[in-house]
Amino acid sequence: MTDTTPVDTIAHQSGDVVLDVRDLVVEFKSGRRRVQAVSGVTFQVRRGETLGLVGESGCGKSTTGRTLIQVQPATSGEVVYQGQDLNELKGKELRQLRTKIQMIFQDPISSLNPRRRIKDIVAEPLVIWKRGTPEERMAKVRDMLEAVGIDPDSAGDRRPGEFSGGQCQRISIARALMADPDLLICDEPVSALDVSVQAQILNLLADLKEQFHLTMVFIAHDLAVVKNVSDRVAVMYLGKLVEVAGSDELYRSAGHPYTEALLASIPEPDPDHASDHKALSGELPSPLDPPSGCRFRTRCPYAQARCAAEEPPLREVSPGHQVACHFPVGPFAGQVAPAATAPTA
Amino acid sequence: MRGLQRGGRTLDFKDAGTQVGPLLVVEDLHTSFRTARGTVRAVDGVSFEVHEGKTLGIVGESGSGKTVLSRSIMGLLPPRDVIRSGTVHFAGHELSAMDDTQLRQVWGAELSMIFQDPMTALNPVKRIGVQIGESLKLHLGMDKKEAHSTSVELLRSVGIPSPEERVRWYPFQLSGGMRQRVMIAIALACAPRLVMADEPTTGLDVTVQAQILDLLADLQRERHMAVILVTHDLGVVASRADDIIVMYAGRVVERAPTRTLFHDTKMPYTRALMDSIPRLADPSGVRLDAIAGRPPDLINPAPGCRFAPRCPYAQDKCRESEPPLRTVGSPDHLFACWFPLVDGESTAPAVPVTLSGPPNGDAGSITEGDA
Repeated sequence: MTDTTPVDTIAHQSGDVVLDVRDLVVEFKSGRRRVQAVSGVTFQVRRGETLGLVGESGCGKSTTGRTLIQVQPATSGEVVYQGQDLNELKGKELRQLRTKIQMIFQDPISSLNPRRRIKDIVAEPLVIWKRGTPEERMAKVRDMLEAVGIDPDSAGDRRPGEFSGGQCQRISIARALMADPDLLICDEPVSALDVSVQAQILNLLADLKEQFHLTMVFIAHDLAVVKNVSDRVAVMYLGKLVEVAGSDELYRSAGHPYTEALLASIPEPDPDHASDHKALSGELPSPLDPPSGCRFRTRCPYAQARCAAEEPPLREVSPGHQVACHFPVGPFAGQVAPAATAPTA
Repeated sequence: MRGLQRGGRTLDFKDAGTQVGPLLVVEDLHTSFRTARGTVRAVDGVSFEVHEGKTLGIVGESGSGKTVLSRSIMGLLPPRDVIRSGTVHFAGHELSAMDDTQLRQVWGAELSMIFQDPMTALNPVKRIGVQIGESLKLHLGMDKKEAHSTSVELLRSVGIPSPEERVRWYPFQLSGGMRQRVMIAIALACAPRLVMADEPTTGLDVTVQAQILDLLADLQRERHMAVILVTHDLGVVASRADDIIVMYAGRVVERAPTRTLFHDTKMPYTRALMDSIPRLADPSGVRLDAIAGRPPDLINPAPGCRFAPRCPYAQDKCRESEPPLRTVGSPDHLFACWFPLVDGESTAPAVPVTLSGPPNGDAGSITEGDA
């Protein structure tokens, strides 16, 4: 939980950090025990960029996303948004700040109230904040629905049940944008959609990001999708970040064996694609009882004794590229981590 | 193969093992639903065959009719308000003429299905061992003890660790990937000759998806089963299917051996489906070629090619008359397009094309791709 130093320097070089997450820990009670869903995650999001957060189910990526809007309180650590630690804000201050951070969820149909009309659903953020007159609100609803590709005239009076998954996701996005947010957290926004609709929504998010000058955190399990939308990608495994890099860099030269495996498991739409993929065996270990040392070692094809004894910190292997592995792969194969103070290796 | 006995009836598959020709033959299958708004023609004249030990991929968007097609073949349709015509022959028997009692001898024994959502497909209040054992007792006449030990072996063969213990677990105790493995174990329990997998990996992580598809492929090789893999993702079937059928609005629009389909795509819709998949090799931020619009309303489909309203190359002819499923050259490559692509280029006369506005009359001008 102390793997912070190298990451800080980078973000501070580039200046404008919108969101600064430091050593974030989220615990849940599980019977009498406590389980850590997020175990010391540190990252920054800069203004105007899209940070992808990728990992398997249960790795803590959604919990991290939920902590960013404080739907889920952090157990410890800081979530600093524009200089303010969200963990310390309460009541009205927190609610006010939350209008600047909005979230889109995975299941678009269940995230819309089935009994309300589309125009009322989309207008709600403004109604809650008592912004504008009813006419002004409706004008904005029209603008937003148009921005997301929904015809306000035919759709406004209908209810969510009359729309497809892709359309509901567009409506959710319109609602999220009503309060003029700076930061949009997208939690698996396309994983419930067909590939053809997925492409439409990804393009839409890219357009809106430009139009409304948004900063985004994009959470998904599919690295191909994440790579398409993100400027930088953070790979998460069992509550910890294992690799952070620019998205093209990550694809070209993955340094962590887990990233390598994630890349290999994506089905390529090409029958001649050499299926050299080493499908990851097994599943995510239980976070109740995480493996000692490197948490990925139980599934890692390259694991050695040192991996069980000593936890690899996130360290920089090239500018802007951090890997938490003693024995990184790919172009960093030579860069074995210097022995830490723990002499067990 | 074995003969199955239940309720005094016998369905004999003994001769079927030596039969020549395809294992499954679907001919001109139509399936419609009567609804308050009118008749929805969900499957509209589909024909294909599957050979022993081969894999067929059926690909299409939501609403293309691929799931109704798979259920229609299985005979798993609601009893009311369904109109079905055409024939389905499986191992020499006409499935489409069987009643439920006869079908029950085939389901799970010779022909089984893996459903998309293992949480709803599994019984939440029964131990998984009991659920696997059900078909073993029914079809293979095993007693409780045999069924139990066979269940353990099946769980082991689908890669579930410590199966002796897990066999007594309930579905909720397992992860999504593990539940799908249990579904596969149930489907394969009686060594069927054909497995129909309807979106078996949708909703699973990519890592688990790769595991499940690999597992299915291994078991298929071992047992020489035929597999029908129904999916919306061409990426999933690209390296796994022998042949692929692309469906659109209830019809087959292209059908070819997998490599041919990818290298010599004829139908613009197939090309569009391929292009909408984000590829790792593309630089980040590259714009995806999404298909504008959405599939047509299947109650009153417009005349002509059903893809014409969304097709970048559509001509007047496309909007007026429906292209038949035809071949050019290779007899096993069928497509339904008046102006098929040649080397990725359209053969439609070069007319400036506008690709905007509402794709069809249904649902106003909402631009959206799925139904």
